[in-house]
Amino acid sequence: MSDIGISTKAMGKSGVTFSPLKVLKGFIPKLDTKAIVKNALISLASILLFVLLWHLGANYLFNIEATAKIEKARTEQGAEAAAQMEACILSGDVSCQPNTLPSPQQVIVAAQNLWADHLSISAKKTAFKAKVATTNADRKAQGLKPIKYTGRPSFIDQILTSIKTVFAGFLLAMFIAIPIGIITGLNENLKTAFNWLIQIFKPVSPVVWLLLVFMIVKTLIRDPELDKSFIIAAISVGLCAMWATLVNTSLGVSSVKTDYMNVAKVLQLSLGKKIFKIIIPSSIPLIFTGLRITVSVAWMVLIAIELLAQSPGLGSFVWEEFQNGANDSNAKIIVAMFVIGIIGFLLDRVMLFVQQSVSFETQ
Amino acid sequence: MSENIVEFKNVSKWYGEGENRTEVLSNINLTIKEGEFLAIVGFTGSGKTTLINLISGLLEPDEGEVLFKGKPIKGTSHERGIIFQNYSLLPWLNVFQNVALAVKEVHPDWSQEQLTEHTERFIEMVHLTPAKNKLPKELSGGMRQRVSVARALSMDPEMLLMDEPLGALDALTRGVLQEEILRIWSANRRTALLITNDVDEGVFMADRIIPLNPGPNATLGPEYTIELDRPRDKKALNSDPKFKEVRTAILNYLVDLGEAAKLEKKAEFTLPDYQPMMPHSRTFPFFRRKKDRA
Ligand SMILES: Nc1ncnc2c1ncn2[C@@H]1O[C@H](COP(=O)(O)OP(=O)(O)OP(=O)(O)O)[C@@H](O)[C@H]1O
Ligand SMILES: [Mg+2]
Repeated sequence: MSDIGISTKAMGKSGVTFSPLKVLKGFIPKLDTKAIVKNALISLASILLFVLLWHLGANYLFNIEATAKIEKARTEQGAEAAAQMEACILSGDVSCQPNTLPSPQQVIVAAQNLWADHLSISAKKTAFKAKVATTNADRKAQGLKPIKYTGRPSFIDQILTSIKTVFAGFLLAMFIAIPIGIITGLNENLKTAFNWLIQIFKPVSPVVWLLLVFMIVKTLIRDPELDKSFIIAAISVGLCAMWATLVNTSLGVSSVKTDYMNVAKVLQLSLGKKIFKIIIPSSIPLIFTGLRITVSVAWMVLIAIELLAQSPGLGSFVWEEFQNGANDSNAKIIVAMFVIGIIGFLLDRVMLFVQQSVSFETQ
Repeated sequence: MSENIVEFKNVSKWYGEGENRTEVLSNINLTIKEGEFLAIVGFTGSGKTTLINLISGLLEPDEGEVLFKGKPIKGTSHERGIIFQNYSLLPWLNVFQNVALAVKEVHPDWSQEQLTEHTERFIEMVHLTPAKNKLPKELSGGMRQRVSVARALSMDPEMLLMDEPLGALDALTRGVLQEEILRIWSANRRTALLITNDVDEGVFMADRIIPLNPGPNATLGPEYTIELDRPRDKKALNSDPKFKEVRTAILNYLVDLGEAAKLEKKAEFTLPDYQPMMPHSRTFPFFRRKKDRA
């Protein structure tokens, strides 16, 4: 505490002899280096422990799998084949590696490979763009659609697609849930009318939503140009994730403090002003709490939905790798897992920040 | 001039129904004359806020009727401005916006400049210009109450209802605002109803003081007319025999009420179905400042 006092004093003095460094110092609160070092050490230690356990576990599973493989070769093809298999496994040849939980090293290598793959794909993309630049200009002049790169998307492209899908789903959830929440919060009868619907559809699994959306979108969208699987994924994500926002908005709107309603009455605000100046502002904190939950649910169901909808993104990446069954597929899946976790965490942080910045109550 | 602006006719008010019904006010008869400054003093929980809300239109009587200018009160009106006991500021609006919202409602035809000028004048009056852009959560309790005072005064209502408006303020600011309220009231002789927990404040400001007997079933006590010339001077008043006399009379009445409550409590000890009294009927929160009560 006293640190801050001193630094603000320093700021005051620096007004006379201006020194940018001193001013800067005043703005950066003095950090408690001891605590930071301590926390960093604890985190580092726990990460190391985690990696060690993972490593040991992976080794253990590797051994079980390898023994099983050798035994299988022995029973089916005899001792010679078993010896061959053992040698092959020990040599590290990709053709005969046991398929099990990858070790930390394998995952790091897979991550590096994915990155290298991304770089090579982007290089190809730029080259392609340069090649078709003149053709595309011509086509544009003729009113034709430009030729697009249709090669395999890189891992980074998949991540971006997933974020785009979750964002689209989130926006959809927001535009459906907030208005319905406000309307049902305002009117008891509408609340009753919507209540059974909310109660019944809220617990429905993402998979079922996907199928429902699929039935409808398939019929409605006939234009082959449109990215149907993206639309289906985004709508399903939105429908799965919107309930928290809907319920919270409705609750916030229907439970405005009597004090605020009394102010509205005494000032004789019109209905519109009452809604927009009193009711909605006072429910903002609850609405944003709902939106934060919506974002995390959206991200969580996204992977499953992409996986089923064959919509490009992290979900289908994971699924394809699993189907693929290549030597480093398992390691890539683990890389995706970490990426999914980290992005989910970052999304939540962003929403937490937004939520706190719109809150007018004292924390 | 001295028409009755507000009339209570055999008014009773209760909360809850059936078994849980508690009658707060019972058979209240009261008239407030136009241009009059009336103060009501009473113990906590006796129904003062309920009484004032019957006039503001936030509550309706369960029996009898409350008339404003001869007509029964139906809902709220800009003619009756209120300073709420619990400030009731909108926490998402800053000081300026809180006051401006009210000004805009009363004067929808005003230009932006007029609006700003008027709003700022009242914010300055409660000495909050430096905090103009702050949110309520950044203000102290007293500052919030001053915003609430500014909001009500800026609406310039025909009748000003004040529910313990200065309770959370320090003596200095209290004094300044008392004079400010009096100045506005006397400038165009508005009618004012002040609920207060401070007998001195009531005597200094009002033409008439009526104690509200402790509830449930609260009734009004005898009225005390304050015949002191206006404008009143605080310092001079302290040695004024008339001031001392009426002040003592009211205090004695209230102390007797407290004693009566105590006796009532003792008597009830002997009764078989003993009902515990609420703490406020035995102590004198009355003499304490609002902020000490919490
Ligand atoms: N909405 C309500 N529902 C039920 N009971 C209520 C309600 N409002 C007030 N009461 C009860 O009515 C009585 C009078 O309340 P009121 O707020 O009018 O008291 P008050 O005189 O203003 O007290 P204070 O000085 O503490 O502000 C109290 O006993 C209270 O418990
Ligand atoms: Mg009260």
